[in-house]
Amino acid sequence: MTGASVLFDAPGPRARRLSLIFSIVAGLLILGAAVWVIMTLAAPRTSGGINLPGMFDGSRWNIFTDPAVWGFIAEGIVATLQAAAVAAVGAIALGILLSLLRSSLIPWVRIPTAWVIEFFRGMPVLLMMLFILLVASTGAFWAVVIALILYNGTLIGEILRAGLAALPKGQREAALSVGMREFQSKMLVEFPQAFRQMLPIIVAQLVVLLKDTSLGYIVGYNEIIRNNINNLGSFYGNRYLFSLFVVTLAIYLTINLLLSWFARWLARRTASGGRKGGRGRFVEDPTNPATLLHVEAKADTASEGPDAR
Amino acid sequence: MEQLWSLMPTFLEGFRVTLILLAVSGVSALVLGTLIAAMRISPVGALRVFAAFWTEIARNTPLTLVFIFTAFVMPMLGVRLPYLILAFIALTYYTSPFVAEALRSGINGVPVGQAEAARSIGLGFGQTVSLVVLPQAFRMTIPPLINVFIALTKNTSVAGGFFVVELFATTRQLANDNGNIVIQILLTAAALYLVITVPLGFLAGQLEKRWVVRR
Repeated sequence: MTGASVLFDAPGPRARRLSLIFSIVAGLLILGAAVWVIMTLAAPRTSGGINLPGMFDGSRWNIFTDPAVWGFIAEGIVATLQAAAVAAVGAIALGILLSLLRSSLIPWVRIPTAWVIEFFRGMPVLLMMLFILLVASTGAFWAVVIALILYNGTLIGEILRAGLAALPKGQREAALSVGMREFQSKMLVEFPQAFRQMLPIIVAQLVVLLKDTSLGYIVGYNEIIRNNINNLGSFYGNRYLFSLFVVTLAIYLTINLLLSWFARWLARRTASGGRKGGRGRFVEDPTNPATLLHVEAKADTASEGPDAR
Repeated sequence: MEQLWSLMPTFLEGFRVTLILLAVSGVSALVLGTLIAAMRISPVGALRVFAAFWTEIARNTPLTLVFIFTAFVMPMLGVRLPYLILAFIALTYYTSPFVAEALRSGINGVPVGQAEAARSIGLGFGQTVSLVVLPQAFRMTIPPLINVFIALTKNTSVAGGFFVVELFATTRQLANDNGNIVIQILLTAAALYLVITVPLGFLAGQLEKRWVVRR
């Protein structure tokens, strides 16, 4: 259901003018609200009899002329990217392993794997981080990384399983009929196709992983937020809290938006160059969490055996 | 075991706060998300742009950073509210775009042919939407919405890092105080989260499977 035009007759000149007027009025209202917020932030305020400069006053931003501050911020970015990169590699590896176990033909491999997946999916990542930190006493970095691997690994496993289940049956049958073993068919024929098909959703999941490294803030890993808000914030004082927050937000948005667009671009590319027939275009919007559920249900209904769950 | 048992009232108190966080932020995110989704498909261009902007920004901001804003920056800007209320605000803001996207994907999931068929047998706009499109969109929306609430359940734990004593904060405190039974305490907390998330996940999966087959 794209385009509401089918729902009603094409608007005439009066309806179009009305819609344009509405659009302008709404636009002005939104713009007005934005201006009001900025004016309020910029206005100087008094707190306990002390006059404080507005949020956009130079005295709240001057630390950013110091290259040392940027060096410090860069350290935080590197720490976040480091944790995210290690966790991403681990999560994909774990995901591959789990998808193979989960789609195994042997029930006593498949069913316990399903339970393990349900267990790790249902828990908050933060609780897992605390668990690893307290029980394994690994230090904050590994607590963050291992928890992210376990959580995202199970999700990527489910995504890949869905990819495997969505392949046309003929692929497997052809592989078996030319004399390949079960395992060879999985690794050489089915898996590469499933991986390619699911790549956009996996990339979208990696954006979630990157966002979740910020939970390191709570368990004491010096990633961007902890670095900027806690360390720089307490060094330079409360006056710079707002500007540090804005800078942190800008950094995160830049990285995440670029990755999200990359995922969508991948989805478009694989969709246009992808298989014809089959089960149609598989991935609509990789960044929409509903897509994952959709894809999983398809895998469940496609996989043989009523005990799949 | 006895020691763990004696901690149960504390656990349940934390669990209660988690449930309150879930209920209040869930309902308000549903309201806000519906509003955003309505803007997103409205014929008014400015609203569409605003809703798309909101969705992109809110979805790509880490929840921790949202909590930094509500718990640290907002008080500095002169907003004096209890931390529980600030947590409601953060969770609602963060969850709203996910609700909006779930609703939108439900409406987009109804094939165009359905509306075309309805129009071609002479139904008007109101009839087409209320009798043909929305009933189908609604049931496609329920499973992803349940998934959004599962994610919200897990996300309430972040509030525990920002002065709200819910299940995660309670667990951390108890684990610090009872060094000899840390594992048991953490597993109890995990079980309490799983009590909410696993049945919900099962329900979402079943509904989605049933409707996927029928479609």
